Amino acid sequence: MSEEKAEKKKIDLARRPMPKQTPWERIKNFDEVALGYPVETAVEEARRCLQCKKPLCNQGCPVGIDIPGFIRSIVEGNFSAGIKKIKETNALPAICGRVCPQEEQCEKACVLSNKKAPIAIGRLERFLADWEAAEGKIEVPDIAPKTGKKVAVVGAGPAGITVANDLVILGHEVTIFEALHECGGVLIYGIPEFRLPKAIVHREVEYVKSLGVKIYTDFIVGKTRTVDRLLEEFDAVFVGSGAGLPWFMEIPGENLNGVYSANEYLTRVNLMKGFRFPEYDTPVKRPSRVAVVGGGNVAMDSARTAVRLGADEVHLVYRRSKAELPARAEEVENAEEEGVIFDLLTLPVRLIGDENGWIKEMECLRMELGEPDASGRRKPIPVEGSNFIIPFDAVVIAIGNSPNPLIPMTTPGVEINKKGGIVTDPKTGRTSRPNIWAGGDIVRGSATVISAMGDGRIAAASIHEYLMSKP
Amino acid sequence: MYKIVERRMIVPNLHEFTVEAPAVAESVKPGNFVIVRPDALGERVPLSVADWDTKLGTVTSIFMQVGGSTAKLARLKPGDTIPTFAGPLGRETTIENYGTVLCLGGCYGIGSIYPVARALKDAGNRVYAVLEARSSYLLYWEDRFARVSDRVFYITRDGTKGKKGHIAQIPDLMSQFGIVPNLVIANGCTFQMMRISMVTKPLGWKTIVNMNPIMIDGTGMCGVCRLSVAGKTKFACVDGPDFDGHEIDWQEFLARRKSYNPEEVDPLRRSSCQSRF
Repeated sequence: MSEEKAEKKKIDLARRPMPKQTPWERIKNFDEVALGYPVETAVEEARRCLQCKKPLCNQGCPVGIDIPGFIRSIVEGNFSAGIKKIKETNALPAICGRVCPQEEQCEKACVLSNKKAPIAIGRLERFLADWEAAEGKIEVPDIAPKTGKKVAVVGAGPAGITVANDLVILGHEVTIFEALHECGGVLIYGIPEFRLPKAIVHREVEYVKSLGVKIYTDFIVGKTRTVDRLLEEFDAVFVGSGAGLPWFMEIPGENLNGVYSANEYLTRVNLMKGFRFPEYDTPVKRPSRVAVVGGGNVAMDSARTAVRLGADEVHLVYRRSKAELPARAEEVENAEEEGVIFDLLTLPVRLIGDENGWIKEMECLRMELGEPDASGRRKPIPVEGSNFIIPFDAVVIAIGNSPNPLIPMTTPGVEINKKGGIVTDPKTGRTSRPNIWAGGDIVRGSATVISAMGDGRIAAASIHEYLMSKP
Repeated sequence: MYKIVERRMIVPNLHEFTVEAPAVAESVKPGNFVIVRPDALGERVPLSVADWDTKLGTVTSIFMQVGGSTAKLARLKPGDTIPTFAGPLGRETTIENYGTVLCLGGCYGIGSIYPVARALKDAGNRVYAVLEARSSYLLYWEDRFARVSDRVFYITRDGTKGKKGHIAQIPDLMSQFGIVPNLVIANGCTFQMMRISMVTKPLGWKTIVNMNPIMIDGTGMCGVCRLSVAGKTKFACVDGPDFDGHEIDWQEFLARRKSYNPEEVDPLRRSSCQSRF
């Protein structure tokens, strides 16, 4: 019946596919997999939008983009108006268009998702951002008159960049302190080139600089200078210091050579360009049999990186079933197309080394699914006596990480939760200290780029309110 | 960019390296390290800090030329600049009045133990410095140690200065002078720190070592610097680099330390064998 109705109204349910590099091409390079919509496809896809009177899609967006608005601009062929509309609330459209989990957010809320054909909002966002970059005419919003207030932002990742963007537009003087030698945080060290080209991150960072944000790299707040020291100079501090130490499974053998945290593995390849060793000095091993443990986007990124580094066999080892994989469906599909073998319902229990301390084998248990647990997912239960051993010469552990410890360790009076994250008021991003705000992975542990940006947006509004109420 | 104030070979293969980095100089403490990148293509190399001058805003390290990245550092001249000099990183060495402290330095660790000895002396300790090398020509900064120690002992493998022998002679040497330390702190190559920990364990001399694992970010993110201490995994960049030498799994640490040896020397082989082409 519903399909009939759709027919009547002539709703176009053919969600336009994204052109991609073919799997056999892309496993041999680190270039971007998804190639972006050509103009005609973007307009066709935009035309599918019903322009709902009471749109639900923008309610699904953590930064509240006027989604029907920018889609209408695409239909009208007014791309510059479209990108301007997005940039009113989102400083990083080229990035969000690529790495946001739209299927969980805006696209999930789209009325057409009932018909399994939601508008490809992310692809359209990316289209506008890429169109603007190709045109070379970057829209810069109007900047409010100087307020004379100074804000320090710790970390040039998605949370920090968003805060800096919002506050500089409101007329405040913003300085970002970045610990690494490049800006972007997880966008630079974590997400691989083939999913988010680094040139795009550089472009977005340059854009924020062009608004007047000052950035110091190689400056480790908490070590080079403490937050309290910054507060002698700045009226407010936003902490977006991001992810910290990787979690391990706490099973025997995790410190063997050839066992990597996903943070290490991806940082070697992405930030340090290990895939171009010896042109770049930082090496990365190119083992032939790789196991990646975990089921999130970071696990997919690690597995697909291993494929590109020339592994003969890459296994993704996950203790639940395919339905519970936390990674985006699109990334799972990409990994499958690239030949990653999914060892589902499998739990590593021991890593076995050779006589020189290098990983040789992994002992695993088969699992079965029981009743739903606290997370609402069916709990994996080991099948007794099902132990088996698989040979591997590298294991990448991608099961998450804790928040970065440096600021919590060096900022007295800031309340910390059990997992080591900074406690904030979710409505304002305020910490237990009056002039310190925080957001992103330093609060959440390991979450998404867009949730960090959402935190940044909320904190920026609260910081602005605080600064303007001060004499 | 950070300006090189000084870079000179102080003894064969060891370089004294002073960089203008006022913000680092302002906060650095004994036991800290910095992360250095020699050029835009370079690795992030952790170097222990050996000295600093808050007024001039400079920080000094001693490094050994081992692989490609340290070879790049060794080619720098005063006035050159490097893209990264970040720090201070790691927890500082705990400085208290322990009573009698033995400060053992070898290799680049002679440099990094120096500010530790100085701070311990200022804190009222009786400080004995033990500087160890294969031969007298590999020793340096003797005058500095003379100023901050109650006595400086030398141990050389060939006997060209001080006692002939190696780390294992330390207990003998100390008993000869009636010294029973309340604490031993060792900085140097992995092998030296492991040896001193093995030597002091049966004597019950608490021994702190300044660990030097492979690192990338150095800020508590990547996890490559992990080691087992008392059966638990610790991260040298944020939990250390100082640890109790008697609690470290040395075999595991040595293996991890060597995991990139082939890649480390690969650039040297490439740059020195041009004749092949």
